[in-house]
Amino acid sequence: MRNIWNFIIGIIVLVSKGSKAYYCWVITLLVLMGIGASAYIHQLDEGLIVTNMRDQVSWGFYISNFTFMVGVAAAAVLLVIPAYVYGWGPIKEFAVLGELLAVSAIVMCMLFVTVDLGHPERFWHLIPKIGLLNFPQSLLAWDVIVLNTYLALNLTISVYILYSLYCKREPKHNFYTPLVLLSIPSAISIHTVTAFLYNGLGARPFWNSSILVPRFLASAFCSGPALMLLIFLLVSKYTKFRIKDEAIQKIAEIMAYAMFINLLLLGAELFKEYYTDTVHLDSFKYLLQGLHGHSALVPYIWTAMIFNVTAFFLFLIPATRRNKTTLVIGCILVFIGVYIEKGMGLVIPGFIPDTLHEIYEYAPSGTELLLAMGIWATGLFVYTMLLRIAIPILNGDFHVADNGVGSFIGDEVFLSTQNLEEGKAVEEKPVASH
Amino acid sequence: MSEIKKNSYDQHRSRRKFLKGMAAGIGLIALPGNDASASIWEEFFQKHFRELSKDELKGVIARLEKDYSKKYGKQVTVKTTPPIEGVRYGYALDLSRCIGCRRCVYACVKENNQSRSPQIHWIRVMQLNKDKGVALSHAEHYYNPEKVPEKGHFYMPVQCQQCEKPPCTKVCPVQATWKENDGIIVVDYNWCIGCRYCMAACPYAARHFNFAKPGILAAEINPVTHYLGNRPRPKGVVEKCTFCIQRTREQPGRYPACAEICPVGARKFGNLLDTESEIRYLMENKRVFILKEDLNTQPKFFYFYAT
Amino acid sequence: MKILRTACPTLVLLGIISLLFLSAESVSAAKAKEPDRSGQSTVTEKSAAELQPSYNIKNRPKENTFEVPRPPFSEGIFPCTQCHSSMKPNPQRRTLTDFHTDIVLHHAEGERWCTDCHNLLDRDKLRLVSGELISFDKSYRLCGQCHGDKFRDWKVGVHGKRTGNWNGDKQYLLCVHCHNPHDPKFKALKPLPPPVRPGALRQ
Repeated sequence: MRNIWNFIIGIIVLVSKGSKAYYCWVITLLVLMGIGASAYIHQLDEGLIVTNMRDQVSWGFYISNFTFMVGVAAAAVLLVIPAYVYGWGPIKEFAVLGELLAVSAIVMCMLFVTVDLGHPERFWHLIPKIGLLNFPQSLLAWDVIVLNTYLALNLTISVYILYSLYCKREPKHNFYTPLVLLSIPSAISIHTVTAFLYNGLGARPFWNSSILVPRFLASAFCSGPALMLLIFLLVSKYTKFRIKDEAIQKIAEIMAYAMFINLLLLGAELFKEYYTDTVHLDSFKYLLQGLHGHSALVPYIWTAMIFNVTAFFLFLIPATRRNKTTLVIGCILVFIGVYIEKGMGLVIPGFIPDTLHEIYEYAPSGTELLLAMGIWATGLFVYTMLLRIAIPILNGDFHVADNGVGSFIGDEVFLSTQNLEEGKAVEEKPVASH
Repeated sequence: MSEIKKNSYDQHRSRRKFLKGMAAGIGLIALPGNDASASIWEEFFQKHFRELSKDELKGVIARLEKDYSKKYGKQVTVKTTPPIEGVRYGYALDLSRCIGCRRCVYACVKENNQSRSPQIHWIRVMQLNKDKGVALSHAEHYYNPEKVPEKGHFYMPVQCQQCEKPPCTKVCPVQATWKENDGIIVVDYNWCIGCRYCMAACPYAARHFNFAKPGILAAEINPVTHYLGNRPRPKGVVEKCTFCIQRTREQPGRYPACAEICPVGARKFGNLLDTESEIRYLMENKRVFILKEDLNTQPKFFYFYAT
Repeated sequence: MKILRTACPTLVLLGIISLLFLSAESVSAAKAKEPDRSGQSTVTEKSAAELQPSYNIKNRPKENTFEVPRPPFSEGIFPCTQCHSSMKPNPQRRTLTDFHTDIVLHHAEGERWCTDCHNLLDRDKLRLVSGELISFDKSYRLCGQCHGDKFRDWKVGVHGKRTGNWNGDKQYLLCVHCHNPHDPKFKALKPLPPPVRPGALRQ
């Protein structure tokens, strides 16, 4: 018990120390979070009329972001499988960072759904037994369960492993390995359930194709690892934590296959709609060409397509995959491409044209953009804090003090190019505790 | 150093604004007036309509009637009339008669206390072309000629179809919307969380959301309401046609407001289980069809051609 | 690894079982709340969804006696005999110049004229083809001679506006309440305003 208390105090001290870059980053995030919060208060006050969502397009920017972030969260499993099922060392040593990313992504998902609700204070209606959860009929009810399960699993696993390392104990295999193996179907489930929630609607033929679930999974396995690779490259560069090159290459290789499947499935979808040429083609027409003069999404989706295809080749060709610069470019292209394709490019054409074939063209309002930005900042903030704790633990710079009292913090300069210089002596300052 | 100071000032300012907002929010709940705060807590903890005991329901109704009467300055009653046994409502619309005058739309607005600003209409009339038939992709929703009907066009109003297999009730995560015994799909406005999944699921665009606080003048309020029907709604919940549940469940049952006001008698309503009703007569003798039959929602709103 | 092989599937199985348990409970709970579709009353102390007893469907108007409001005569025009009792009946087809000049016949005017429907000798009555005289209150019988399909539909309430109660008394209208018998085509109306476009829907 005392250990846990010291751990918490240690965390608080740890996160308040860092380099100048760290402070700038965190403060910027806090400011953005504040702006997002005030946008949310404005929205709570006036109602969702401050967004541009209307009856015809009843889901918009918030749900687009939610859908995308569920994919990012699911992709943590891409690290877990090689690490724990195949016991591959190079990935295993930082798989926990992927799980922490999943945690931050799920937090963002929950925030996006909460801000989209008309009555967020009635969230307790969703709790089984206390409220009235429509399980198993409603896919949203399934989503509530699997997202919380996935969050709980990942939190448990990562907190357990990190805390054990903090206490300088080997984490017990028999405890966390079953949980980790359970998190694999859990990760697949969150994204499958999210896909099903779109898929099961006969009213929306744009989503009602069986291929939606594999498309979701394929695009998740591109976008999530793209973000992870970018973060891990940053971590490798700016902290004392080192990630082996072969691990990064392996992830990039898997992404190439995932992107191939993503493009293949998209091609299949396009063939079916364009060749059959029924009324249901209208949604695709709106997305790719414009419909009856409305073409707001056309430039975005084509940008996404070009980005995706380019990134595919960058990941496929070993030379560009090995080159750090092109790898980074590829990751950025994939992330943005899938963000567009699976975010607005998926949700909005489902509503345009609407079920009575009316076209209301939707673009997010200022409040929506600010609030979404605030939630992104929150997610990044959460992940920054988690990394600030996890990386020193993994490096052995944050653990129970040698004298058994309080915790030892050896890393005061998080996120700094100082760390690039090997052999630089870091001052050892044990933190005294009560 | 000054850079950090400026950032922390911004941070303080936005933090202050945030805290102010939070304090205001908490203050609203902890109002000095006992009644107001008690009412808010009661509303927050209110159970689902179908789980309320007789006494709890009485308490809820009393609270609602008090709130509405105070707000609109007239005595508002909230009924909870249950379904009539042996009744399954059906609606039929005569496409050979509808002239697209929209009197049904506005009669519904008046009867069912819909928000005038922002505007909500439970009925949407579509203008179609006679040479293209019932082809929704060629419909015009915003027609506004001098006189209707216009040559070469016919008109098709659409509202909640009260499906036998509703896709909307399937997807609601909190069971805030369900099908009653008499076939009417209802919403418990005090249970709905406003996720709008049902709106994505409805193939007929029949469900509408209160994006803002409904704007109705006190003079415009219809004070005879039903809990599951036309009582004034809060913002952030979904609403839709309920076949005028406050009228049709009475004994003897009145017609829905739209059926009553139609000047050409294009709207017919009755009990599908009554073999002698007008709705059964026309189903057996006229050419009847339903919208989007391939979705297998089995609507109870039928379209027919009398001639 | 061996322990993993057993532990992992066991855990997955446990997870699935607990989910099913959860689901089974809420489904049965939902079932308890769902009203009984057989129509049987299942009233318990807690349930608010009581069912009302059956209504009386015997309340139906008898054949050929329909409650209708007064015919929409122009002011002062009825009874017709106040003028016509003192005039000599003239069966000759012509354009009227002295009176009733506002009436222009647009109703099978090639085949008929006034006295085919208005009884020549007693103007307070209408004349059926069989020679039978009927009062203006029953003018639907006259219309129904040629418009039999509309008449059949009107009798059951399918044609034309009928108000009242869907399971009780009904209020019929005469044909002439909506259709001017001399120019019966329904006149076009000015439509009420279209809905506000969603883009313009700010409060």
